[in-house]
Amino acid sequence: MSWSDKEPMISVRNVHKSFGDFEVLKGVSFDVMKGEVICIIGPSGSGKSTLIRCINALNDINEGSILVEGLEVNDPKLNKLELRKKVGMVFQQYNLFPHKTALENVMMAPIRVLKEDKKEVETRARALIKKVRLEGKENAYPGELSGGQQQRVAIARSLAMKPDVMLFDEVTAALDPETVGEVLVTIKELAEEGMTCILVTHEMGFAREVADQVYFTDQGLIVEHGPPATFFENAKDPRTRQFLSQIL
Amino acid sequence: MTQRSRSHDAPPKKTDMAVMLPVKRKAHDPFRLKLTPWHGVFLALVCIFTTSYGYATTAPEVDSIRTVMLRWMPLLLEGFLFNILISILSMAVGTAVGTMLGLAQISLMPPIRHSSWFVTQFFRNAPWLVLLFFAMYLLPFEFTIAGVTIPFPDWIKAIIGLSLPVMANVSEIVRGAVLSLPSGQWEAAESLAYTRRQTLWLIILPQCVKRMLPPWMNLYSILTMATVLASIVGVSEVMTLAGRVLAAEDGRTDLLAPLYSFVLFLFFVYCYPIARWTVYLESKFAVKG
Ligand SMILES: Nc1ncnc2c1ncn2[C@@H]1O[C@H](COP(=O)(O)OP(=O)(O)O)[C@@H](O)[C@H]1O
Ligand SMILES: [Mg+2]
Repeated sequence: MSWSDKEPMISVRNVHKSFGDFEVLKGVSFDVMKGEVICIIGPSGSGKSTLIRCINALNDINEGSILVEGLEVNDPKLNKLELRKKVGMVFQQYNLFPHKTALENVMMAPIRVLKEDKKEVETRARALIKKVRLEGKENAYPGELSGGQQQRVAIARSLAMKPDVMLFDEVTAALDPETVGEVLVTIKELAEEGMTCILVTHEMGFAREVADQVYFTDQGLIVEHGPPATFFENAKDPRTRQFLSQIL
Repeated sequence: MTQRSRSHDAPPKKTDMAVMLPVKRKAHDPFRLKLTPWHGVFLALVCIFTTSYGYATTAPEVDSIRTVMLRWMPLLLEGFLFNILISILSMAVGTAVGTMLGLAQISLMPPIRHSSWFVTQFFRNAPWLVLLFFAMYLLPFEFTIAGVTIPFPDWIKAIIGLSLPVMANVSEIVRGAVLSLPSGQWEAAESLAYTRRQTLWLIILPQCVKRMLPPWMNLYSILTMATVLASIVGVSEVMTLAGRVLAAEDGRTDLLAPLYSFVLFLFFVYCYPIARWTVYLESKFAVKG
């Protein structure tokens, strides 16, 4: 069970996932090394969200294996809490807790889940809020913040748990165009600091800039992948080319 | 694309209960009290008019209706306070047990979920009076624990009887409120490694309180009015006392209208502010979302 960072931090092998009779993932495999940033792109409904939700066991899988730092996700005896302490996740709809202030949103999980000292957590939480450039908004409620601000609080909330890997599911898709940039800057800084990131995104320019690997999914399969330069310039699969030509 | 997929840890969603989503409870609700100030004005006028009308027509050797009314008012008020006491205690018991039952309805364990659903439906769809009789005649008048005999007076049985339908309704209010929250709240909590219990108590229920408050207060008004059912089983609440007053005054029929409109007026004065406040809270929460 011991994992060393010479091995992939996340290893997805032949993952199948169905909702009822509908097979959403039809055998997906990929690896993510520590510190790597990978982007998953693909048409709507191709299973991108499902795929990354499987990594922190928000969805269970029917077949295959997902190892997160040596922890097998597809194991009935899996300690989900242990897994989720390693994996942070940010959602398209932010999902902040509306009855708590920004600071409380960030502080709650480390105090309640990790049982850390409140003072230390507060110091860390304030630093994180500063890091996502929301100084002064500590006591604002989510309803008082713009979409972009809420999303940055959500990122800070996730980071407060000191995860080893961050999952981002189309985190800018619900935002007004003028606030997309501020969220992308935050993620880019995170990536540059060496955080392992798995991003589902439609921001091609951003993907090209930050990704180490880009994966293209279609109908539950990864049909093409490569480093961004190759991927965006010389896509071989016709589906990828068609998708890129529509989006770029 | 907004996708509302639920994980296996999220509570099961049953759409057949959509009626109970408290935020959606609006004017069409047949169980909704619709008191207006006119009810109060009307009742006060009936009371005053019949009192003075009776005064003019009563023979001089019997006491005037006004004298009779003034004589018995303190007793009737006391009886009414007893109604309020019964309503508060029934509400407290019903809310405590009903909250647990409501949470059991969203349990991940099917036997718990199904049995609590059955209990809820059973008591929610039973006539209140039947439940009251059920409690009155099935509960012992006293019981003995470890050699100590505890008496079980009628009014306590009435509280238990009335708390049964309250319990069932609170159960549905809790369940409806929990299910009305977006599943994203559950997922965010799960992804932050909260246990299900922590999620419920720290994240879900605090958000539910304001959604539950208006239907809960409406339920309380209905319960308050239902406390007069206890007169049928002999508890000395305001209706029982009104009947005794009539008997003590030799069943004078000219007392009927002022006496009972006074009782109605008492209920109005108590329930109307609650109804107004409920409407106010509803509109306030509706704006904030
Ligand atoms: N909980 C669910 N139950 C049933 N079908 C689902 C569920 N979640 C996703 N799906 C279906 O799986 C397919 C892939 O969804 P998703 O992973 O969200 O795709 P993407 O994120 O690439 O748009 C879609 O057709 C969607 O309707
Ligand atoms: Mg998606």
